[in-house]
Amino acid sequence: MITSFEDVICSFCGCLCDDLAVEVEDDKVTKVRHSCRLGANKLMGHERIKAPMVRAGEDLKEVSYQEAYDRAAEILLCAKHPLLYGWASTVCEAQKKGILLAEEVGGIIDSTATVCHGPSIMGIEEKGMAGATLGQIKNRADLVIFWGCNPAEAHPRHTLRYSSNVCGRFTADGRGCKNVVVVDVRETKSSKNANKFVLIKPGTDYEVITALRLLVASKDDMVPDEVGGVSKKDLAEVVQVMKASKFGVLFFGLGLTHSRGRSKNIDNALSLVAELNAHTKFVVMPMRGHYNVGGMGQVAAWETGFPMSIDFARGQAYFNPGETAACEVLGHKEVDATLVVAADPASNFPRSIVDNLANMPVIQVDPYQNPTTLLADVVIPSAIAGIEAEGTAYRMDGLALRMKKLVNSPFPSDEEVIGHIIESVRRLKGTVSCNDKEA
Amino acid sequence: MIIRGGIVYDPANGIFGEEMDLCIDNGRIVEDAKGEVIDASGLLVMPGGVDAHSHIAGPKVNTGRIMSPGDSRMGTEPKTAVCRPSTGYTVPNCYAMGYRYARMGYTTAFEAATPIIESRHTHEELEEIPIIDKGALTLFGSNWEVMECVRDKDISKLAAYISWGLRASRGYGVKIVNPGGGEAWGFGSNVKGLYDPVPNFDVTPAEIIRALAQANEMLQLPHSIHLHFNNVGKPGNYTTAIETLELLKDIKPSRMRQIVHVAHMQFSAYGGTSWRDFDSQAPVIADYYNTHNHATMDLGQIIFGNATTMTADAPLEYGNARLLHAKWSNHDIELEESSGVVPLIYGRKMPINAIQWAIGLELALLTKDPWKVLMTTDHPNGGPFVNYPEVIALLMSKAKRAEEIATVHELVTKRTTLPGIEREMDWNDITIMTRAAPARVLGLEDKGHLGPGADADISIYNLKPEEVDPSKDYKLVKNALSLAKYTIKSGQVVSIDGEITATPEGKTYWVDAAVPKADMDRLMIDLKAKFERYYSIKMSNYMVQDAYVTRPMVIKTGEQVSEAVQ
Amino acid sequence: MKAIMISGRTLAQGATCESKMSPEFFKATSSLSLSEEDFSSLGLSEGKNVQVSNQFGQVVASARSDKGLSNGLVFMPMGPYANAVIGPDTAGSGTPQFKGVEVEIKPTDMPVLDVRDMFRGMRRAKP
Repeated sequence: MITSFEDVICSFCGCLCDDLAVEVEDDKVTKVRHSCRLGANKLMGHERIKAPMVRAGEDLKEVSYQEAYDRAAEILLCAKHPLLYGWASTVCEAQKKGILLAEEVGGIIDSTATVCHGPSIMGIEEKGMAGATLGQIKNRADLVIFWGCNPAEAHPRHTLRYSSNVCGRFTADGRGCKNVVVVDVRETKSSKNANKFVLIKPGTDYEVITALRLLVASKDDMVPDEVGGVSKKDLAEVVQVMKASKFGVLFFGLGLTHSRGRSKNIDNALSLVAELNAHTKFVVMPMRGHYNVGGMGQVAAWETGFPMSIDFARGQAYFNPGETAACEVLGHKEVDATLVVAADPASNFPRSIVDNLANMPVIQVDPYQNPTTLLADVVIPSAIAGIEAEGTAYRMDGLALRMKKLVNSPFPSDEEVIGHIIESVRRLKGTVSCNDKEA
Repeated sequence: MIIRGGIVYDPANGIFGEEMDLCIDNGRIVEDAKGEVIDASGLLVMPGGVDAHSHIAGPKVNTGRIMSPGDSRMGTEPKTAVCRPSTGYTVPNCYAMGYRYARMGYTTAFEAATPIIESRHTHEELEEIPIIDKGALTLFGSNWEVMECVRDKDISKLAAYISWGLRASRGYGVKIVNPGGGEAWGFGSNVKGLYDPVPNFDVTPAEIIRALAQANEMLQLPHSIHLHFNNVGKPGNYTTAIETLELLKDIKPSRMRQIVHVAHMQFSAYGGTSWRDFDSQAPVIADYYNTHNHATMDLGQIIFGNATTMTADAPLEYGNARLLHAKWSNHDIELEESSGVVPLIYGRKMPINAIQWAIGLELALLTKDPWKVLMTTDHPNGGPFVNYPEVIALLMSKAKRAEEIATVHELVTKRTTLPGIEREMDWNDITIMTRAAPARVLGLEDKGHLGPGADADISIYNLKPEEVDPSKDYKLVKNALSLAKYTIKSGQVVSIDGEITATPEGKTYWVDAAVPKADMDRLMIDLKAKFERYYSIKMSNYMVQDAYVTRPMVIKTGEQVSEAVQ
Repeated sequence: MKAIMISGRTLAQGATCESKMSPEFFKATSSLSLSEEDFSSLGLSEGKNVQVSNQFGQVVASARSDKGLSNGLVFMPMGPYANAVIGPDTAGSGTPQFKGVEVEIKPTDMPVLDVRDMFRGMRRAKP
């Protein structure tokens, strides 16, 4: 029997498209419409981890869920300073449990933001952020700038739903009434949609932004003839376009956060946008990658006061990303066990950091196998949030939506898994013996 | 439970400092009870505090946290056997929010402004705040549907939209902030006054305010419209305040309450033409309140030190940030609102801040009827709520005021009347301004008083009102009020001498207002079109679901209302 | 040849990121793109591999040409292959520098490793 669902919310990227149509038969997703390739692939599903496993020698052997929870709890209790990492691809309800677990075991909780838009958050801590919801942009923006991001490949429906190729109340002519500027170190599928493409030299974003700020402030004589490989004439043209717009938006991505300058690049970009508001309406938005990395930042902020990289070793919240971020503490061997939920650090961290991760106990909670599974000592398969489990997610502009449950699944949700690990931690605290054991 | 021998202030029931026992059963005040006895002999006993205007939950509060890690670091407290870790001073984390209100003897607090489309977030945070009962006021002042109904003079459809919007946001009442300005800010401008038309919508703020007031009364909502004036924060804006109040005086309330509650009046009591000749017009405002009965206000008192301004008055925040060269966050919300967040510091020696500080106190002291004046700091805009005892001590003691005046910028003496004010409030006044009046203004029948049937929310302070002279012993007053000896919530002791002993979960109030089906049908035609063309999400994903309000307290109004309420 | 390497998202990488043990993922993340000129100046052609190396490590990737790239700029999709040559230093930001790392590129006959082989032998300690 086929069941049809409308207005399904996609659980892949920060666009959180909520117009998907999904058909389900025998608790399997059989058809997905309106989605992009990324969302369709996620919803259609793949071969997944079938049962909890625990490392025995080189191999992983199947165990019951309770054994896996208890083993995970033992690892966390025996660790002096555990890291609880990931969280971006699951729902807020699970993230909340993660924070509680981190408090209980005196560990660090961090999200994938620290290899993604963490620097953006740090920039916001310096300057604040002039933002808006995506619908505001849809209805008003006549200038759309994409800087250091490639929505055509990372956020495929962004331009059709929210930014450059969509019509709204004050943008009834859609793409035709908009100016699109793409700034990048290389031509991409996204730059093909631009009215103006600005090619900059890698690692020069900070200087180019500074030059733009000076031109916005009419301090032209302070700008050299060429900055970051861009001619002053081209830069002046961009500023002219910015000032002439009724509503401009700067979308930026990992080109700014991952390059030389890191959070300073964003700090500078946020200042540029704030200063543009003296001339015209301008907003800015980081292109959040995972569908609920934004949610983890929100939940962490209201529960702990800080958006990421929070250390509970002293029984209170401590935040200093240069010190407490996942890559830092793994890189400097300042943690001795890691719980990974809804993430894949083995793939996404620099190799030498993964080397350290490989040499401590690792617990993985995920529906799917990935390279982190190769390093894990306990593997706990969970239900896929947004398909098999309900919950809350926050879109890249901060809007919260409730993900639907489309199919029944024999797997527990991430929220339930973490909840059970907490129960095991509470039960085993004080009784677990932490001598080195043979696996 | 029995609370024995306290000196009870329950002005709503005509009790002004009587020694009496209070009996609690099943979370309510009752005539007789058995059980645990709390010895409150000679101690000050009041209903639990009710904060009718505070920014405690939602997107702008969280933006405040995210952009101010230094603030979170300021208020860091470790976890205990009972409490989760706390952080924050002007923007506490959710747990600190609940613990700190409870320690102070407050048991109810309402979020002052939630935008409909982002209310899921507001409720996620409200759910996480322990102990206190809460609710949120829903923003309606710049919504496209509101302005279109106003333009078409269609009050019944507007009422349908309010009903639908309250359900969509699980909100308690109608909040209006710089009406029309939120839309103008969508393209970077603002409305300059009551009669300045909103670009692209052909309505004026005056029309919006009147229509919303009429619709509010048509729906018989427990609370009146809750209004943040146009021109807040600008020198000379007291004229806008008076003009707006005059605009509403002929509208009949549907219940025994005000027709309009004015938010943080301090920020709207300014004279002068610029920051240079800026002065206090609090006497004019107070005089108006002394001669009119259709409005109430809350103070929005300034506390020197750190504050975080956060408001749906986005153009005001942009202005603040430019004036102060401060970091600035802005968030415009499709079809509905705008907002801004700017952390700042109020300085004693800053002439403007000193005058602002005096204005809040003047408003309270010069308005004769304390039932019209709620004591707030518009947390955290004027300052964090943990400083309420400071404000109370100032209101009760001329000597304390004189001591403070000596430390602030001297312009206070030239530009305000505060130094010359003799009045000292008493415990009746304070109980009214912090308990009885907020409950009445909001329309919360079981709060703010200690009569039988009331929620057993009680604060007992380590202070003997029959022995202490608040005029002289202001230090003692401030200390005693900062950490209640006992805070009781729904009949359970939650705090003893400033230590949280229990963290029950509070209820969330929201209003379900019925309207005629024909009006709702007409509204849905408009809304369907808006969701198809302009919103970035589907209507089916828009409404706040039950999962986000797990302990609801639903107040029904409209056609479903029984004769008893009328 | 010296080059600056950028690592980032692609559609193919994103579409396979829930099935990371599949040949599709390994194919999607183990290719290095060079400018047309750099591609031909290294004598590369369809199906040939390159070794990418620097002080942080080395990895073999399949080579392809991309006319959107300038000379001296190369691109690898984000993932375990690219991260073999990304360093751990975050400059106090918590975030490693995934974009803009200096690398040495040379053609090679070595094969591209299966993703499992990339992690073989990494685990030395017992939990």
